[in-house]
Amino acid sequence: MNKNSNTYQILYAAVMVLLVGSVLALIYMALKPKQDENIANDTRKQILSALHIAAPDESQVKETYEKYIIQDLLVDADGNIVDSAENVAFDVQMKANVKLSDTERKLPVMKCKMDDGSTKYVLPVYGAGLWGPIWGYIAMNEDGNTIYGANFSHEGETPGLGARIAEEEFQGLFQDKHLFQDGEFKNVVVLKKGQTATNGAEQVDALTGATITSRGVSDMLDDCLARYEGFLKKLQDKPQVEVPGEITNVVQPQ
Amino acid sequence: MLSKKNKEALFNPLSKDNPVLVQILGICSSLAVTASLEPAIVMGISVIAVLAFSNVIISFLRKTIPTNIRIIVQLVVVAALVIIVQQILTAYQYDVSKQLSVFIGLIITNCILMGRLEAFAMHNSPWPSFLDGVGNGLGYTIILVIVAFIRELLGTGKLFGYQVVPQWCYDHGYENNGLMILAPMALITVGCIIWVHRARNKELQED
Repeated sequence: MNKNSNTYQILYAAVMVLLVGSVLALIYMALKPKQDENIANDTRKQILSALHIAAPDESQVKETYEKYIIQDLLVDADGNIVDSAENVAFDVQMKANVKLSDTERKLPVMKCKMDDGSTKYVLPVYGAGLWGPIWGYIAMNEDGNTIYGANFSHEGETPGLGARIAEEEFQGLFQDKHLFQDGEFKNVVVLKKGQTATNGAEQVDALTGATITSRGVSDMLDDCLARYEGFLKKLQDKPQVEVPGEITNVVQPQ
Repeated sequence: MLSKKNKEALFNPLSKDNPVLVQILGICSSLAVTASLEPAIVMGISVIAVLAFSNVIISFLRKTIPTNIRIIVQLVVVAALVIIVQQILTAYQYDVSKQLSVFIGLIITNCILMGRLEAFAMHNSPWPSFLDGVGNGLGYTIILVIVAFIRELLGTGKLFGYQVVPQWCYDHGYENNGLMILAPMALITVGCIIWVHRARNKELQED
């Protein structure tokens, strides 16, 4: 057969594409469950890191997560719990969630019981950095005001500059910051050294050389945390959010 | 098994015909993934695997491939292998796959691959093609490892993530060179290696 005839070339290309396509599809299907598990475990690690908990080793991330995270909640803008099914907050895809309209958007909260008996609430945040999405988890104390810990991740910020939001050194700055000043919601802002927030909010030093990523973190907190105002206010009024059917015996905050 | 010609296919790319040092191919990825040793080695192994197998596949197909669409056929084979590598890494080496992110996908555009397929696999039988692929992959990996060794050691004082520069050095005023972590220093490091390599191999020197 003539190797350069049109029929041969078209047939050759068609058969090749079909073959390669089906082989790739098979491999994808075979590896998908394992990949999904890796991605879920990575998310669990980020959430645990916001709570300053590290799994003893790689294989126990899931167990550790399930030990500490006792309940998943979805709340609305007023702070009312609309859903508390298993893993309901963990399964929220933040990327899609932030695009929903204010009325449709449900806010995920992971409730966590620490070793010392205190309760923490982990709030996921999602926003844009310089090159791509950034996201994170903010762990709140049960007073609904103080940040207990924060974890940020990014898809492709500049290594050594914006990528440093994923480092402990930056994340640690958020610890013990307050979201409310005199009962009024004032989000923590990320500002260059030397600047001060005009509205009296508490602030965190921005990363040198990563102005846009730092602003991205600030905007992300602004966009996502502010929506939890209702929920956090309810926590302040009553440290323990009542959930129907749940036994509450939690140590009051000191 | 290893005739003179096959030996050349396997060993020449390690030094005399090194894809990075002599042919200056694959520079982009060798700058990007060499900030520390672990991703550099995983990247090297991935390139060896993709290069060796795509060479073999193309070599098997070489008599059937229509000349007009040979580049497309080569690309499809390389792309398929790269996707397989990427999927396997995501499933079994998730942390490393996150570190390497787009660079595994960019193996497709690594000029070493297309170069070898076009220059070698299209004209040689599968076994020498396999050796040629492994040889060129190794040649690339060696440079990656050397660059990553220098950058990780000077940039962070670590090797494979383990601290090797002792604490007393820091106590006496030693500082990690943060510049080594950034891409420009990788380029300069590669440049220095090429310099040393050419200085030692007179036949590579141009007028």
